[in-house]
Amino acid sequence: MELLYEKSKAGRRAATLPNYDLPAAEVPEDLRRAEPPRLPELAEPELVRHFTELSTRNFGIDTGFYPLGSCTMKHNPRVNERVVMLPGFKDLHPYQEEDGAQGALELMWRLQEILEEVAGLDACSLQPAAGSQGELTGLMLMRAYFEDIGEGDQRDTIITADTAHGTNPASVTMAGYKLEKVATDARGNLDVDDLRAKVDERTAGLKLTNPSTLGLFDENIEEVAKIFHDAGSLLYYDGANLNAVCGISRPGDMGFDIVHINLHKTFSQPHGGGGPGGGPIVVRKKLEQFLPVPAVVKDGDAFRLDHDRPKSIGKVRGFTGPFGVFVRSYAYIRAYGPALREMSETAVLNANYLLAKLRDAYDLPYERLAMHEFVLSARTLKREHGITALDVAKRLMDYGYHPPTIYFPLVVPEALMIEPTETEPKERLDDFVDAMRAIAEEAAASPEVVHEAPHGRPVRRLDEVRAAKRPVVRYAFDEPAVV
Amino acid sequence: MTERDRDEMLAAIGVDSIDELFRDIPPGVRFDRELDLEPALSEQEIVAHLEELAAKNVDTGSELSFLGAGIYDHYVPAVVDAVLQRGELLTAYTPYQAEMSQGVLQAIFEYQTAICELTGMDVSNASGYDGTTVAADACYVAKHVTGRSRVVLAETLNPQVRQVVKTYAPGFGLEVVEVPHRDGVTDPDELGEAARDAACVIFQQPNFFGCLEPAPDLAAAANDAGALPVAHIDPVSLGVLEAPGAYGCALAIGEGQAAGNYQAYGGPHYGFMAARSDYVRRMPGRIVGETTDVEGRRAYVLTLQTREQHIRREKATSNITTNQTLLALAGLVHLSWLGPQGLREVGETCMSLGAYAKEQLGLPLAFADRPTFKEFAVRLKRPARDVIRDARAHGVHPGYAIGRDYKGMDDVLLVAVTEKRSPADIDRLAHVLHEARA
Repeated sequence: MELLYEKSKAGRRAATLPNYDLPAAEVPEDLRRAEPPRLPELAEPELVRHFTELSTRNFGIDTGFYPLGSCTMKHNPRVNERVVMLPGFKDLHPYQEEDGAQGALELMWRLQEILEEVAGLDACSLQPAAGSQGELTGLMLMRAYFEDIGEGDQRDTIITADTAHGTNPASVTMAGYKLEKVATDARGNLDVDDLRAKVDERTAGLKLTNPSTLGLFDENIEEVAKIFHDAGSLLYYDGANLNAVCGISRPGDMGFDIVHINLHKTFSQPHGGGGPGGGPIVVRKKLEQFLPVPAVVKDGDAFRLDHDRPKSIGKVRGFTGPFGVFVRSYAYIRAYGPALREMSETAVLNANYLLAKLRDAYDLPYERLAMHEFVLSARTLKREHGITALDVAKRLMDYGYHPPTIYFPLVVPEALMIEPTETEPKERLDDFVDAMRAIAEEAAASPEVVHEAPHGRPVRRLDEVRAAKRPVVRYAFDEPAVV
Repeated sequence: MTERDRDEMLAAIGVDSIDELFRDIPPGVRFDRELDLEPALSEQEIVAHLEELAAKNVDTGSELSFLGAGIYDHYVPAVVDAVLQRGELLTAYTPYQAEMSQGVLQAIFEYQTAICELTGMDVSNASGYDGTTVAADACYVAKHVTGRSRVVLAETLNPQVRQVVKTYAPGFGLEVVEVPHRDGVTDPDELGEAARDAACVIFQQPNFFGCLEPAPDLAAAANDAGALPVAHIDPVSLGVLEAPGAYGCALAIGEGQAAGNYQAYGGPHYGFMAARSDYVRRMPGRIVGETTDVEGRRAYVLTLQTREQHIRREKATSNITTNQTLLALAGLVHLSWLGPQGLREVGETCMSLGAYAKEQLGLPLAFADRPTFKEFAVRLKRPARDVIRDARAHGVHPGYAIGRDYKGMDDVLLVAVTEKRSPADIDRLAHVLHEARA
């Protein structure tokens, strides 16, 4: 398919602009643009067709089942798209005076209250732009807290699980902390003995996902929390897997002090091909004073922004956060009300049903009930037929499915991490089971078909090595653009 | 879910109840009551409730607004809304599986190209969170590239951007130095002095006061000191103003909102980051590259992933994963709708309207000698906050009170004029400000 730039023809345009018939203003000579940017030049019909064609070469939840583990690809109710486009939301300037933004402030305050209840904690900041930024913010809060109590220099280490998302160790480095990894035991829980040996007076805190990236709830979580709290350390909950436990078990009750919540996962912000997201953090009372500014607070019947927080870590993003994401997530939660628990119950039921139907066709590394997702392994297929997790993933495309997350978590070889979410009906799950089982059979009967998949997509397997070795990251026009 | 489906599924799993699915959760951490949330609403009740909340806001359609200061009320063409509602794009995630995601991958490649063209740079990432966090990202890049640990920010750089850099700095091991403005712009010599031993220098063009900085001189001063020059730019200005790549910048960053995004009370928007090719392997975030499939067809894929957190973990160039792809796509659609000619015309229109507004308002300019782009600062006879309050009583929001961020400027108002404000709107602003004894 041609690029916009290849369809471009000098002098064409889609835009019409008002002509106010004013004299031209002079741009100082030394600051004036010499060469115009080569932006696309197309009339509107071809512009619309271009993006429509791109959309047909893409696969979203609207297209079909998307069991991408750890990403919680659930349906995005269309009413949320309608309300976010209300002029009072989309055309509201962030510097509008507080008396002209009462509805926005009230919505944020209400969402904070909801997230505090779901997390089982005391105070919330909606500011972080995504889960990873929520993580980094959480680490900044830890630093601020320990500096405030005079232990800032002493506590220089953060502990993570070997099953952690890559964002966890990356955030630890960006926050200026040292990283220590703890192993996973035979049941898929944190290895408590290993943990005990590693937690001491240098430990600032733990970062943990629970249920873990294996889709398993840590059965020793109370003991884990005690080990950290006894050492004076804090516990951070990576909310990536919160969809498993809303109204069932709350991070605050598990002993966590700081939680981030991925609004784009649990609370249905459309993922947009990679974003936007939202990563609010919810904390215990003693950490509230360090939260980013401004805080959204309620004063009597009015809502306002509180900038006067002398111990705040500062700002991690512009304004008060990704407001449009809040509108959608707030609307989403209001559709459930107190029955939010049913969302998680169905997500867990769907995951365990798939697990039950697939466990004899693939390897199951941990013999336990799953939470909202589970990890299978293709190691037997690989050993016996040379078919890898990647091959299974690519072959699934031919059956009309987006593949699961593969090769993660790292502790499981040939991992296939499957998360159906609550919005899939049983028929869809049954069809997916049939496809997965058919692929396992194909692996034995006609492995080349699986190994060469996909066969029915706009492109087949790509040369990723070439892309990385000689990166071409923009259109070349008439010049070499290799960087 | 039907009761029958549920029972069949439970039977297949081999448990008797939903509760049993949660048996691994220790009893001590089970939540044993109902969540204390407000009752569930039907779809039409949700719409009614949110309409009620939205009606408590005063948007730029119901109040004539000259607010800017980083977020601008530019016209968003209808094609942007139409493209963003394509479910295949809206409801997809990060294109890890290229064969399923050629649409988004090609769009990001086209976006990267547009950003490189605008900025005069070699490489762009797929987006950062917003115009503040890309500045922190740039400091992180500069630290690793230069091995230096001080960053210099012009005081005329958006105050929120400076605040975010300062929040990130301790974790990055960076010291932040600010260079004061001289009559509304940054002095190149002063900046050059501060840039000695610095990793980078970040300045804004047009700057927070709306003034045009001597950007080529600032970049040269930074380069002379061995610090990376980083320009924080308004993408809409780049049809008329020179591209940072043309005057020696190492990185070009900015808030993308003005190109294709609604104001939306501050987000979600997108931050953009472009760089010279030397820095491509230090860039944060996703980058899409061109390659071929096994049949030799051109195709697109996430590339240079060894920089990223899911591969490199604690040694990654950044922790970013979810970014702002949908908003960046909106930017691409808007820029494609405009084309080079349209972008230049929008810039020229903003400048003409700005000149007209300065004249009609007849107020003393805070920085009289400085050329401006779409925003300018005027000095009032009384505190800007009071004038804003009085003008709003007449349905006009006259601008931003700069004194919120800068000492001694309580009587300065920052007025933004986009192509959506007609000369008649500006006449009304002039009238209302006159009435408000501005």
